[in-house]
Amino acid sequence: MSKEAKNYIVHGATGDWEIVVGLEVHAQVTSQAKLFSGASTQFGSEPNSNVSLVDAAFPGMLPVINGECVRQAVRTGLALDAQINKFSRFDRKNYFYADLPQGYQISQFAHPIVGEGEMLVELEDGATKSIGIERLHLEQDAGKSIHDQHPRYTLVDLNRSGVALMEIVSKPDMRSPEEAGAYVRKLRTMLRYIGSCDGNMEQGSMRADVNVSVRRPGEPFGTRCEIKNVNSVRFVMQAIEYEARRQVDILEAGGSIDQETRLFDPNKGETRSMRSKEEAHDYRYFPDPDLLPLEFDDAYIEEARASLPELPDAKKARFVKDWGLPDYNAATLVGEKESADWFETLLDALRKGVDSPVEKLAPKASNWMLSDLYGQLNKAGKSLSDCPITPTQGAELLKLVFDGTISGSASKEVLEEMLQSGRNPADIVEEKGLKQVSDTGALEAMVDKILAANPAQVEQFKAGKTKVVGFFVGQVMKESRGQANPAVVNEILMRKLAE
Amino acid sequence: MSVDKATVKRIAKLARIRIDEDRLDPMAGELNNILDWVEQLSAVDTDGVKPMTSVVDHCLHWRADEVTDGNKRDDVLSNAPDAEFGFFAVPKVIE
Repeated sequence: MSKEAKNYIVHGATGDWEIVVGLEVHAQVTSQAKLFSGASTQFGSEPNSNVSLVDAAFPGMLPVINGECVRQAVRTGLALDAQINKFSRFDRKNYFYADLPQGYQISQFAHPIVGEGEMLVELEDGATKSIGIERLHLEQDAGKSIHDQHPRYTLVDLNRSGVALMEIVSKPDMRSPEEAGAYVRKLRTMLRYIGSCDGNMEQGSMRADVNVSVRRPGEPFGTRCEIKNVNSVRFVMQAIEYEARRQVDILEAGGSIDQETRLFDPNKGETRSMRSKEEAHDYRYFPDPDLLPLEFDDAYIEEARASLPELPDAKKARFVKDWGLPDYNAATLVGEKESADWFETLLDALRKGVDSPVEKLAPKASNWMLSDLYGQLNKAGKSLSDCPITPTQGAELLKLVFDGTISGSASKEVLEEMLQSGRNPADIVEEKGLKQVSDTGALEAMVDKILAANPAQVEQFKAGKTKVVGFFVGQVMKESRGQANPAVVNEILMRKLAE
Repeated sequence: MSVDKATVKRIAKLARIRIDEDRLDPMAGELNNILDWVEQLSAVDTDGVKPMTSVVDHCLHWRADEVTDGNKRDDVLSNAPDAEFGFFAVPKVIE
């Protein structure tokens, strides 16, 4: 069923190179309060207002874990088909930086809450690929340093300090920028379905550290570089492309790759060494003595599992199997929970109004939504979230097409008007006189008239050139000023020509 | 296990503690004394003994997801050597 992913090759002067990519995605857990304190996680608050004495690391303050963050990590692990560890532990990762007041980050090193799992990603050409998940662990976010607002100082805001993050580490299973992009998009979709992270990369709720290395096909892994804090899917892909080319150029010139941390500069589209951290990291992890191990039982895991919604893969399979949607349509619709929900409501309403099997309704409804509706929304610079019409109104419009009241082309005009005015389709059809003529008597008269006026074409038809039917249909449509029902016209024409 | 002068220098740097050059050797000696003392524990046979996570038999306490703290910027900034516009102001970190 699934096609193999295509090989992505970097063509060097001395031959071909393969790239190897692994991703560490930091996803902010959706929660009211922070991982170990009762301060708010609200984005965009006044600097240092969402900070407790725990987050600012005042002496003697003790961390207490937020149960919701644990639950969301477990739910995310379950959605990634991963091993859930009933025993995990928090460690201190020690390093100095101005926006890390504790001097260490509380993280999970030796015993993460979630172990190995996997996720299926869809690629452009319809191929799918399974990407391994190495682990998922909980950790604290750091504060924010602002370097360019003051001539002498770096300004530090601790509002983010202590916010819960899930670090989701993939296996080095990706072989192209496209696969990495598809992985990040799929992960974002999954997190949004689950509701464990809002996936908002612009606000920094989700960001990726990208590990890239190159090798000759079939050879062992090369030395990798880590590109830190990349904050969009497009940048992830650009950074990989640039970095792979850079490494190939160095290797082909006889050089070697330094294992290092790099930054991606979106303006220049290049990666740069972070020279300020020239010293090799030595985090000196050890178990955090302020925290006991994190433990729960099977019942807790099952409760988390029961709270999961239908996930995108299952939803897509259902759309295809039960409703006969084309693969592409199903994949596009489930890409965002919002569009999948919109479509389900649309189809629901349509099935109530039209007595036709769902396998007939659903594919047409999905085509309408993806091309007509999305096309017009795009043109107006809008997205589904600010769509002026409801799915029920969409179903009313489609119902008029299905029962032959209006033609498919007239429905586009009606939709345009609906999107502008938010009015109901039936009123618009009435007002604009867009109703199709399905009255057989009237149409038969029109057909007779056209046939009588075009004896040469009738002769052609009788001589076996059946294609001229198209010409007759066109003439009748013209005669009716576009309001004839083409299906009915066709039927009458075939009957009369056969006489 | 023992530490030498170079190790002392490195961990001092990691911990951001300044130790003068002439204090490195004595410090290595002191640290080695401590390590040797702890090393006595290895005489105990711990085969089959699970690592202990705490001396008290407690479970981790879980908190509900409620905002119960924050909005104390002045307290938070009270010990900062410098603050500007509600931010901590620290010497420019060169990027």
